[in-house]
Amino acid sequence: MTLQPQRQILVVFPHPDDEAFSSAGTIRLYRNMGVPVTYACLTLGEMGRNLGNPPFATRESLPEIRREELKAACKHMGIEDLRMMGLRDKTVEFEDDEKMVNLVKDLIDELNPSLIITFLPGYAVHPDHEATGRAVVEAVRRMPKEDRPTLYTVGFANNTVAEKGEPNIEIDITSVKTDKVKTLQAHASQTAWMIEDYQKRIDEGDNWLDKERFYLFNFED
Amino acid sequence: MKEVQIDELQELLNSFANKDVYIHLETTNGAYATHFDEKVFNAGAFIRNAKIRYELAKIIEDTPHRVGLKMEHGWVYAQGITHYEVDEKGRLLMAGLDFTGKLAVALEISETPFSY
Repeated sequence: MTLQPQRQILVVFPHPDDEAFSSAGTIRLYRNMGVPVTYACLTLGEMGRNLGNPPFATRESLPEIRREELKAACKHMGIEDLRMMGLRDKTVEFEDDEKMVNLVKDLIDELNPSLIITFLPGYAVHPDHEATGRAVVEAVRRMPKEDRPTLYTVGFANNTVAEKGEPNIEIDITSVKTDKVKTLQAHASQTAWMIEDYQKRIDEGDNWLDKERFYLFNFED
Repeated sequence: MKEVQIDELQELLNSFANKDVYIHLETTNGAYATHFDEKVFNAGAFIRNAKIRYELAKIIEDTPHRVGLKMEHGWVYAQGITHYEVDEKGRLLMAGLDFTGKLAVALEISETPFSY
């Protein structure tokens, strides 16, 4: 499908690299069109498990490594407005729910986005993903219908397609595939061991990097 | 971090005994464990910046190692420790890294609080 015109995009994910897997190509396409994109990244992925063996990081040094990776990833996507929100990995769901909704509301009030990209509650697998998606959906649900931005949501739980059908938004990112791969590579602490696999999959004609897919969130009321 | 050297690590553990210290203790098999294999029962525990004081610390020779701290009214222990270092802030960071380099357990001891 062709890209819908947008005024301002807000991307809300909890971990550096969530955006790389799900939406780096879409973000790059919009940036190439001059659409401003703000990325609110809630944590620094402090609890990432991959430290290597022999280790390249400690539990305490990992956040700074991932902060730099996130900044580099944003360069590849063309994101100029990166907000690191200072929450801690794996604790997002335990934060006060109202605080989370207000965190999103404040971003919406400031930026007036026409599109928000986040996770699809119920189908986002990681507790932080679920909590992030819930907060965004609730913040938007509270807005007057006519003011609500469009929501593109990412769902990848094993039961997603069975219950929700195929994603209804499919964006062809073949023209920015290289930027997507560079964004993934920028998160080396998380992706280094997968990079060979990516290249192999591309060489074998796998088209998983040709498209990004989202569920257009449908508010019942 | 380097692989555990028992004598050196035992001395480091001793150096924090009988002092008020902050600990980080974590066990995990990853948030995606059940996503990748529905037969996995996903469990873990996490505590950060609990202030404790221990009178005795012991590391056991079996690999991966077990580390136990005896307190006046209780215990702290971690199983599966493979690596450690003293970082630039003088904190003793111990971790258990599995065969693919993923952290499975961490026990860290510091005289000053860890970051958030």
